[in-house]
Amino acid sequence: MDKISEFRTIIENPYSYLQKIKDENGKKAIGYVCSYAPEELIYAAGALPVRLFGSDSIIHRADLHLQSYCCSLVRGILEDALSGRLELLDGMIFPHTCDSIQRLSDVWRLNLVKSFHADVVLPVKLTTPSAKSYLVDVLKKFKTDLEQWLNIKITDAELNRAVKTYNAIRSLMTRLYRLRCENPHIISGHDFHTLIRAAMIVERDHFLEELTAITADLEKTAPEKKLTGVKRLVLSGGICNHPDVYDTIENAGGVVTGDDLCTGSRYFEGAIDDRMPPLEAIAARYATRVVCPAKHSGLTSRGDNLVRTVRECGADGVIFMLLKFCDPHAFDYPYLKEMLDREKIPSLLLEMEEQTQAGGQLQTRLETFIQIL
Amino acid sequence: MNNQNSDFLKTLGIYLFGQAKKLSLKFKKAPTMKELMIVYYSEAKSAKLTGKKVAWITSGGPVEPLIAMDIIPIYPENHGAMIGASKMGAGLCEKAEAMGYSSDLCSYARSDISCATVNGGPIGGLPRPDMLVCCNNICGTVLKWYEVQARYFNVPLFILDTPFCHTGYSEDTARYVRTQIDEYIQFIEEVCGKKYDFEKLRQVGLLSYEAQKLWQAVLDTAAHRPAPMSAFDAFYHLALIVTLRGTKEAVKYYQNLLAKMKDRVAKGIGVVPDEKYRLLWDNIPIWPRTRWLSEKFASHNACLVADTYTSAWCGTLKYINEDKFLDSMAEAYTRIYLNIGVDEMAKTVIEMIDKYQADGLVMHSNRSCKPYSFGQLDIQRIVEKERGIPSLMIEADMVDDRSFSESQIATRIDAFMEIIKERRKE
Ligand code: SF4
Ligand code: SF4
Repeated sequence: MDKISEFRTIIENPYSYLQKIKDENGKKAIGYVCSYAPEELIYAAGALPVRLFGSDSIIHRADLHLQSYCCSLVRGILEDALSGRLELLDGMIFPHTCDSIQRLSDVWRLNLVKSFHADVVLPVKLTTPSAKSYLVDVLKKFKTDLEQWLNIKITDAELNRAVKTYNAIRSLMTRLYRLRCENPHIISGHDFHTLIRAAMIVERDHFLEELTAITADLEKTAPEKKLTGVKRLVLSGGICNHPDVYDTIENAGGVVTGDDLCTGSRYFEGAIDDRMPPLEAIAARYATRVVCPAKHSGLTSRGDNLVRTVRECGADGVIFMLLKFCDPHAFDYPYLKEMLDREKIPSLLLEMEEQTQAGGQLQTRLETFIQIL
Repeated sequence: MNNQNSDFLKTLGIYLFGQAKKLSLKFKKAPTMKELMIVYYSEAKSAKLTGKKVAWITSGGPVEPLIAMDIIPIYPENHGAMIGASKMGAGLCEKAEAMGYSSDLCSYARSDISCATVNGGPIGGLPRPDMLVCCNNICGTVLKWYEVQARYFNVPLFILDTPFCHTGYSEDTARYVRTQIDEYIQFIEEVCGKKYDFEKLRQVGLLSYEAQKLWQAVLDTAAHRPAPMSAFDAFYHLALIVTLRGTKEAVKYYQNLLAKMKDRVAKGIGVVPDEKYRLLWDNIPIWPRTRWLSEKFASHNACLVADTYTSAWCGTLKYINEDKFLDSMAEAYTRIYLNIGVDEMAKTVIEMIDKYQADGLVMHSNRSCKPYSFGQLDIQRIVEKERGIPSLMIEADMVDDRSFSESQIATRIDAFMEIIKERRKE
């Protein structure tokens, strides 16, 4: 689809896109690393939130700060920063998630001079009343930090507009998820992935406009005849930075009909209640959306959600794509697998590095798994 | 004999053994660490028999509110250290891997998770918990680990969330943690089914404060030349400040220990014969190799005079108000060594270098413990810049010694000591 090709170019080279945006309207860009980054506030402040993914370059500068047993996402981001590739960013925000991101923030603060550096130390549990009110405090503090840095006042009207925009993007993406689930061949996995990535980089108003058109187009596309023999899969894990995986899966006779990824449905899930005061409403969404393994909301909420996703997507199996050295995900894997086993849902574990290329062993394992489904 | 019966007899045996030990300690002046630990674990393992509740708690978690309610606190990390020291880590870690836990996860967690399912390890497993208390002031691992155990044992889990202090300590954080202390008390009341005893907590708070001060004083004796004790001794004597701070036993134990150390200082006895070089240790000990390491350094006349690990249990004394223990607890537990920014950690390291007059820094880059190890390279640079002393980084693991390469580490230690010796000549 040609509307998506614009996004494809952007995600393949996000930094030149940033340069263009900055040249055009002098917008400030703020990098972030996790789906708990309160992007709505950045947007309301008139800046562009940009999600960072790992690096595809060889890591050597980051080696001087973070040992080899740190996940390749964190090391890759640091590598890009130290080598100047992130020069375009005016600031960085670090929501508190895992131990590695926590230290990445410290290393960043001590070694990279940026005009803006914010730690958004969210609570680790999201369910208790005291955690909820602390979460609102944290958002307020972040708002003040932004205001001081930019020397502006972020009004409620601006926050409301941010909420509206983000809600619109999230609800369209959710619709797309549903469409794909009903008719997986309507859009290739690669294109779908491109949209997800673009949602985290592209200027959100522009993205929303395009997404609206893309969704309308897709909705008009007539469903294909039910293809027989195609295996439906759900991806589960952290951040998926491997667009090739989708092609490999499709070539092997599978198709992705749903996911439980940080850079996937977890990012889009849940609407912000626009009848509540905006900060409280943003906080409330965090408390109710599907939880990331670095946060706590109940003992089996992730497992319950995964099983539900599999059922809703009519999936035949689950592929866990876990980054090596990622503690939160690795701790959840055995119980998630056990819950799937109990439901007789087959699963495959792929441990990857950010730089892992599809092909070779990965391809064989995917093919074998899909064949036995 | 059926299983239940034999279990009962076993527990009874453990209980009676503990009681006998306790009685014999009454007549002795100073019980040893080993004796105290026997009594402690016997009491814990026979808790069902005596009707006491058992709480598993993370090593950085507030134990005082439990002790005040006569709940037996159990520390899986302390158990992990025992597993490591008795060289049973690799086997239990492997078992966890077979259960699906990645070999890159913290080896305390891995060995505890698998140990719980087989009651293995040096003491035949830990007593079953009635509740779990997880304080994330040390890492994010404990949250996941305690979730695993809460699912396994199907017991209530309390999470004390201590937001990370990259820079400073905010009012928002203070309020949040203080509220949670009240929630913690409520949680204990619910699990125990009785009203909280605040007067008892006040007393326990005083004892805890006292024990922490004594522990600091014990560690401080190593500032003398020659040092009467080394970090390796501190690793050994640490157990009580972790497991039993807030009890009279701990206070008494450290009073005795302090007296002993002061006596050694007065007599000029050093723990390392002919001490010439003084080093600072960073990170958790390599439990299965402490002995080997201590001998290795001693062979160079080097004494590890202090460490960032054992001092963490008295590092926040400055935030504690003994008369307002409950209120000051929030800050003291939130601002501990592992819950602060790398720059503040470096500051602490530098203060220790000055205080103990260290000639070098030995860092254990611990594959198990990411929050402790990430940032070490920056600390190393800051220390080298500020104090100009050499440092050595050893990559290993605190429990799982499958990847410990003895000859390589020996060579690196030798080379490092050469540098230190050269410096001395200059
Ligand atoms: S992949 Fe895992 S370890 Fe790495 S940043 Fe994400 S949550 Fe942390
Ligand atoms: S990750 Fe580190 S701080 Fe956490 S339990 Fe393991 S050793 Fe302790």
